[in-house]
Amino acid sequence: MATKYDLRLLEAQVPPTEPAGLACDRRSFLRAASLPCLAACAGAVIGHQNAVPLFAAPLAEDDSQFVKEARFYEKQAFRKIKCKLCPRGCAIDDRERGYCGVRENRGGTYYTLVHSRVVTAHIDPIEKKPFFHFLPGTVAFSIATAGCNVNCKMCQNWDISQVRPEQVRSNYAPPERVAVLAQQNNCPVIAYTYSEPVVFYEYVADTAEAAHRLGVKSVVVTGGYIQQEPLEKLCRQVDAIKVDLKGYSEKFYKEVVNGELKPVLDGLVTIRKHGVWNEIVYLVIPTLNDSDAEFHGLAKWVRSELGPDVPVHFTRFHPEYLLKNLPPTPVETLERAKAIADAEGLHYVYVGNVPGHPAENTYCPKCRKIVVERTGYTVGTVHIHNNKCQYCQQPIPGVWRA
Amino acid sequence: MGQDSMPTHTGKKSRRSFLRQTVTIGGALLADGAQGWLGSHGTFAAVPPQSRLVISRDPNLRSTPTSLDSARLINCLDRAIQALHDCDSPLEAWRKVVRPGDVVGLKVNCLAGRGNCTRPELVNAICERLQQAGIKEIVIWDRLNSDLESARFKIVERGSGIRCFGNDVLGFEEELATFGSVGSLVAKTLTQACDAVINLPVLKDHGIAGVTIALKSMFGAIHNPNKYHVNVCNPYVADVNMLPPIRQKVRLHICDATTAQYEGGPSFMPHWTWPYNGLLVSHDPVALDYTGWQIIEKKRAEVGMKSLQEMKREPAYISTAADAQHRLGTDDPKFIKVVEV
Repeated sequence: MATKYDLRLLEAQVPPTEPAGLACDRRSFLRAASLPCLAACAGAVIGHQNAVPLFAAPLAEDDSQFVKEARFYEKQAFRKIKCKLCPRGCAIDDRERGYCGVRENRGGTYYTLVHSRVVTAHIDPIEKKPFFHFLPGTVAFSIATAGCNVNCKMCQNWDISQVRPEQVRSNYAPPERVAVLAQQNNCPVIAYTYSEPVVFYEYVADTAEAAHRLGVKSVVVTGGYIQQEPLEKLCRQVDAIKVDLKGYSEKFYKEVVNGELKPVLDGLVTIRKHGVWNEIVYLVIPTLNDSDAEFHGLAKWVRSELGPDVPVHFTRFHPEYLLKNLPPTPVETLERAKAIADAEGLHYVYVGNVPGHPAENTYCPKCRKIVVERTGYTVGTVHIHNNKCQYCQQPIPGVWRA
Repeated sequence: MGQDSMPTHTGKKSRRSFLRQTVTIGGALLADGAQGWLGSHGTFAAVPPQSRLVISRDPNLRSTPTSLDSARLINCLDRAIQALHDCDSPLEAWRKVVRPGDVVGLKVNCLAGRGNCTRPELVNAICERLQQAGIKEIVIWDRLNSDLESARFKIVERGSGIRCFGNDVLGFEEELATFGSVGSLVAKTLTQACDAVINLPVLKDHGIAGVTIALKSMFGAIHNPNKYHVNVCNPYVADVNMLPPIRQKVRLHICDATTAQYEGGPSFMPHWTWPYNGLLVSHDPVALDYTGWQIIEKKRAEVGMKSLQEMKREPAYISTAADAQHRLGTDDPKFIKVVEV
C-alpha cells in the first residue's frame, strides 16, 4: 500500500503534542531531552547503535494483522451494527466505519482496524502528558494509533487523529512488544496518547495487561468521551487517566469539539469512583471557552463532584488545524482562570504550556511551600516524603513512587 | 501558487495551461448557457436560472435481470447527453463538457460493491464517447482500490489511455481545504491527476443522510468522510462540495439509476432495490439530488414505506446546498426543467 504521510515514527524530531495543546516546541523538547534517562532512552528510540529495531514493519501489505474483533458493540438486522464504545453510538452499515474511522463493519461483525497499529511512538517526560502528580521526573513510553471519536477544531495532532489508518504509515507493535520495549528503555509507564485511546480501546487494554505482567504501569490521555461500561473496565486496567475537558458548555462541545460535555463529566465521576489517579486539562481558547462563567462553573463542579485535590491544568492554546485564525491564549487569561479555580477551593491548579511560569510548581495547600519544582517538563527537587509535604506533613495526593 | 495563502489544492499547473483554460472559459461563458457549462479554474460560473435535468430510461435496458444491454445503454446515454445540451449528436454534446487534452476523471461509486455500484458497462460507454470526442486520458477513480475491485473494475495504475485506481494510490493533498464546517484533505486523484471530473453516482437512500446521490458522492474525494456522518450529514455534504478543488473540477453528473435502492443504503440490500433502468443527467447536482430523492420517495410510498421525513432522515443537505451561502444548484422544482427521453 502506498505510503501517505511519513510521520513522526521513531525519528529524531519533535514529538507530537499531547492533546490539549501542550505544544512541545523544539526548545522544550531539547531541554527535556537533556535529562540523562531520556537521552539514553532517546538514543534507543532513534537509533542507538546497540538498539534493536523497535517495531517491525507491517507483516503484510493488507491490514489483517491489525484487525481484531471489536469490543462493545451489538449486532443488528441486515448486517448492521451499533457501536457501544463511545456515546456517539454509531449505527454502522456493512462496509462502513464509525465516526472514528478506525472501526469497521465487515459483514455484520465489527472490527478494530488499529490493534497493534502504532503510528507514532516516543519516550516523553511524564510531565508532558501532563501528569504532575504521577511519578514525577520519570518518562513514559508513549504510543498512538490513528483515529479519534471527536473532531476538535484546535487539534494539535489532527494529522494522526483525523485520518484513517490506511492514510498514515504505521508499524506493527503487538502489546507484548510494547511492554518489553518500555521495560528495556527504563520507562515505568506506557502512555496511550496523542490521538484518542478510546478508539483503540482493545489495544490499550491488551497492552496494559501485558505491561502489568512486567511491572510497567499504564496511563491514558483522553478526551473522556466514552460510555460507562468500557470506562469502568478501563479503570480496572490502567493506573492513571488524564482527561482533556475541552470546555464547560454543551455549546462549545457541539460547535468546536463535535462531541458532548455530559458524558465526559459522567466519566470523570466514574474515574473518581474507581480511585484511578486523575488529572484534568482545560485548554483555554481565546473567545471560545475563556469566560469567567465557564471557569467558575468548571471549578465548582470539580470541587463538588471530584473534590479539591484533583489537579486541574489550564493550558495555553496555540493556533492549529481549523483554528489558525485565533491568537495564542494570553498568559493573563490563564492566570485569571487559575485565580478563579484557586478561589473556588481547588488545591492544585496549574498553568500549562508557559514554561517557567511559577504555576508549574506544586505547592503544598497548607504551608504554600513548593513541594515539586518544575520548569517545562523538567522536574527539580521533590519535597514530598511518604506522600506528605516534607515541611508540614500535609498529605499531597498523587502517585509519587512506582 | 505563489503567495496565495489558500491551501495548495489546485495542483501543479503551468502558466500556459492556466491561461488557456481561462480564455476557453471566457468563451464558454459568452455562449448560450443551454449549450454547455464548463467549470473554471479560480472562478465559479453562476448556476443558470433554470436547471436542466434529463431522465433517460429504457424499459428494455437489461439483457438479463442482472446484466445490461450495452447497445441500449449507450443509446440511453446518448439520448441523455444530447438532450441536456440540445445537440444533434452525442459527440457534439460531449465536446461541450470536455476539451481535447483534458484528463477526465470519472468518479464512480463502489461502496456497496457489485450489487449496487456505478456499472462498469456505463463507464465503458462513457469512455467510448469521451475517446471519440478527443479525450486521450481517462482516470476512473473512487476511494480505494479494493472498492473498485469489488465492483468489478480492474485496477490499472500506470500507463496511458484509461487508468483506474483508488485514492489510496496517490494519497491526499497535505494542506487542508476548508469551507464552512468542513476541513479536509482532498484526494490528489482529483487535484492533480484530473483536469475535469464527471461524477457518476448511483441512486439510493442512505441510513444517515437520507439519500446518497450526486452531492454525497463527493465524500469519496476527501480523506475524512467519516467525520461528516452526523446531523443527517448536514451541512457537511454541501460544504464538501464547496471545497474549491471539487467545485472547480466537477463538470457533469450522470447518475447511474439502472438499479435504484429505496431503503437500507448505502449497503446493498437487494430486496429493497428496483430496476429503474435509467440515467439522470445534469450539470446541477442539487437539482439531480432533489429529483432523485423524489423518485426514491415515490417508490417508498408505492411499497407502503414511511417517507424519509417520517423516518427523521430527510436529506436536509439538499436545501443547504441550494442556499445563499452555497448556490450549488437549485432544489426548487419550479426552476428544474426535467426532460424525459
